[in-house]
Amino acid sequence: MTDSPKNNPKELPALPSSFSLVSTLGVVAMISGLLVVLVYEYTKPIIAENQRLATERAIFKVLPQASSRLTFKVSQESIKLVDDKTKGELIYAGYDRHDELVGVALNAAGQGYQDIVKLLYGYVPATGCITGYDVLKSTETPGFGTKITTDAAFLANFDCLEATVDQEQNGLINVIKTVRHGTKKNPWEIDAISGSTITSNAVGRMFNQSGQKLHPLIAGHLSLLQSAKSLKRDSHGQPN
Amino acid sequence: MNPESLSFIFLSAFLINNFVLALFLGLCPFVGVSAKRDTAFNMALATAFVMFVSSSCSYAINLVLTAFDLEFLRLISYIALIASSVQLVEMILKKFSPALFRALGIFLPLITTNCAILGVALFQTSRGYDFLQSVSFSLGAGAGFGLAIILMAGLREKLELSNLPNITQAAALSMMLAGILSLTFMGFAGLGTTV
Amino acid sequence: MANPTKKETPITMDVFTAGLWKENPVFVMMLGLCPVLAVTNSVENSLAMGLASIFVLVCSNALVSALRNFIPKQVRITTYIIIIATFVTLVDYIIQAISLDLYNKLGAFIQLIVVNCLILGRAEAYASKNSFGKSVISSLGMGLGFTLALVMLGGVRELLGAGQFLGYQVFSTNFQPWVVMILPPGGFIVLGSWLLLINYIEQRKTGKLIAEDLASHCSVNQH
Repeated sequence: MTDSPKNNPKELPALPSSFSLVSTLGVVAMISGLLVVLVYEYTKPIIAENQRLATERAIFKVLPQASSRLTFKVSQESIKLVDDKTKGELIYAGYDRHDELVGVALNAAGQGYQDIVKLLYGYVPATGCITGYDVLKSTETPGFGTKITTDAAFLANFDCLEATVDQEQNGLINVIKTVRHGTKKNPWEIDAISGSTITSNAVGRMFNQSGQKLHPLIAGHLSLLQSAKSLKRDSHGQPN
Repeated sequence: MNPESLSFIFLSAFLINNFVLALFLGLCPFVGVSAKRDTAFNMALATAFVMFVSSSCSYAINLVLTAFDLEFLRLISYIALIASSVQLVEMILKKFSPALFRALGIFLPLITTNCAILGVALFQTSRGYDFLQSVSFSLGAGAGFGLAIILMAGLREKLELSNLPNITQAAALSMMLAGILSLTFMGFAGLGTTV
Repeated sequence: MANPTKKETPITMDVFTAGLWKENPVFVMMLGLCPVLAVTNSVENSLAMGLASIFVLVCSNALVSALRNFIPKQVRITTYIIIIATFVTLVDYIIQAISLDLYNKLGAFIQLIVVNCLILGRAEAYASKNSFGKSVISSLGMGLGFTLALVMLGGVRELLGAGQFLGYQVFSTNFQPWVVMILPPGGFIVLGSWLLLINYIEQRKTGKLIAEDLASHCSVNQH
C-alpha cells in the first residue's frame, strides 16, 4: 500500500502568475499582522497588570504579615534592588507597616509527577523558617498532586520548616527532605502526603535546592534587605 | 536526577510524559495510521525526523524573535516553519533516499497537522530549554511517539484475529486500547524523581 | 476554489444542526482529538476550550469564506494556516487578559488549537466553497457540537473523578473519587465509552430499520 505511486500531483489548471500568489500571501499576512499587533498592544497592559496582581497575591499569601514589598534581582554573588520588569532570577522582600523586614518570598521549581511545579515560598531569615508557599504553576493532577495546596496535615509541615543557614554561609545546616507519611521526626523534614508521594518529594527537593543556593546569599545580604525599604522611603520622602 | 539534565529530558519526553499517552498530542495519526505495524513504523520514523528538524529550527527562530521582542509572532512563525520543514524533508528525502520517500508516501504531508510537532516547539520554548536540551527533548518526544504508535499497531494487528462485538468498531476500540496503554505508562511517572 | 456560478442553496436549519450531532466533529468525525482529551478533566476547562475553539473556528472560517474568490488554489493551505494562527494568537492573548488562572490551566493547548484538524478541515472543505453566511452558521454549529462533546467528556470525568460538577460538590463526601478519570487514561476510556454508547444506539436504530424493512418486504411477497 505504501508503495503505490500515490504522490503524483493532480493536473493543475494554468498556474496563476506568481505575482498574484505573492500578493495574496502578502495581503493575508498584513491583515493577520495588523490584527495580532492590535490585540497584543491592547491586551499587553492588562496582562502585565494581571501578572503583577498574581505575583503580589502570591507574595502576600506566603508573607501574611507584609504590607508592602520590594523586588530584588539575584545574581551569582549579589542581590540588588530592581523594578518588576527586570528579567532574571527575582526575589521579593516583604515589609510590615514599620518598614521592618518580615520575610522574603522566593521562587522554587522542580520536577513533579507530570511536569515542572513552580512555587513561591516565604522564608523568614530571622528564624530560619520556611513558613508557607503558593503554587504558581503546576499541571499536577486535580485532586491528587494538587493536594499539596489543600492537605491540612501536609501544610502543617510549613508552620516552621527549618532551613537555617550554617556558620560559613555555604548552605543549610540540615538537608530538607521529604519523608514517608507519619515518620517525620525533625523540623527540617517534610511529612509526605500518602498517595501524592511524588509531588510531596518534589516539594522537598525544590525547597532544598533553592534553600541551599539562596538562603546563604540572603543571610550574606541581610542588612541590604532590611534597610532597603527605609532607605527608599527616605529618598522618596514618603512611604509608598 | 536533575530535571534539567539531557538524559532526564529525554526520559521524560519518552516515557513519563509520553506525548501520545500522557499529553494527548499527535492523536490523529495515532488513531489513523496504527492499523499495520510497518506503516506505523514508517509514520513514527517520519514524525521523529520532522520533529528533530523543526525543533532545532524553531530554537533558532525563537532566538531571533526574542532578540527583536516579537514574541507575539511566535505561533505564526512556528507553524509556517513546520509546514516548510515538512516540505524540506520531503524534498531532501526525494533526492537522497527515494526508497524511504516512497515508504513514507502520503504520511509526510500529513505530519504538518500533527500537533505533537508544534507541541515540541511550544514546550521547549515555554520551558526555556537551551539548544542541546531542545535536541534531547525532540528526540525523546519522537521516540515516545514511535513507541506508542508501534505498540498500538501491534495490539490492533492481534485484535484483527479476534471475534469482537460490532459496536467496538474502529475508534471506540482504539480509544479503549489507548486508555489501557496509557494506564500502563502511568507506571513510569516518578521515574528518576527519587534520587 | 468556489464556483461562483453554482447556485447557492439557501441557509437552512440543517446547516446549523449538522455539526451539533449528525456530523459531530468529535464523536462522528473524530477530529481535533488532542484538546478533547487533554483539557477535559473539568467542566470549566472544557467550556473555556470550547469557547476558544468556537471563536477561532467562526472567525477563521468567516474570513476564509469572505476571501474565497481571491485566494489562488496553490497557496490556499498556507493562507488558511496563517489566518487560523492569527486568530489563535488573538485568543491566546485575550484569555491571558481575562484570567491568568484559566490560562495556566489550559497551558499550551490554547496555542495548539492551531493544529486542530477540525478548523483547517472546515476551512478547506466548507468555508472555501460556501457563502459567508452559510460558513458562519455552519462553523457555529460545528463549534457548538465540539463544545458539547468537550462538556460531555469533561462532565463525566469531573463527576466521577472529583465528585463535582463545575466545581460544585455533587456526591457526598463519602464518595471515593475515581482519580483515574481525571488522569490521562480516563480521557481515553471515557471517550471510548461514549463512542461505544453512540455506536450501540446507532446500531439499535439501524437494526430496527432493517428489521422493519425486512418485515414489510416479506409481507409484500406473501401477498
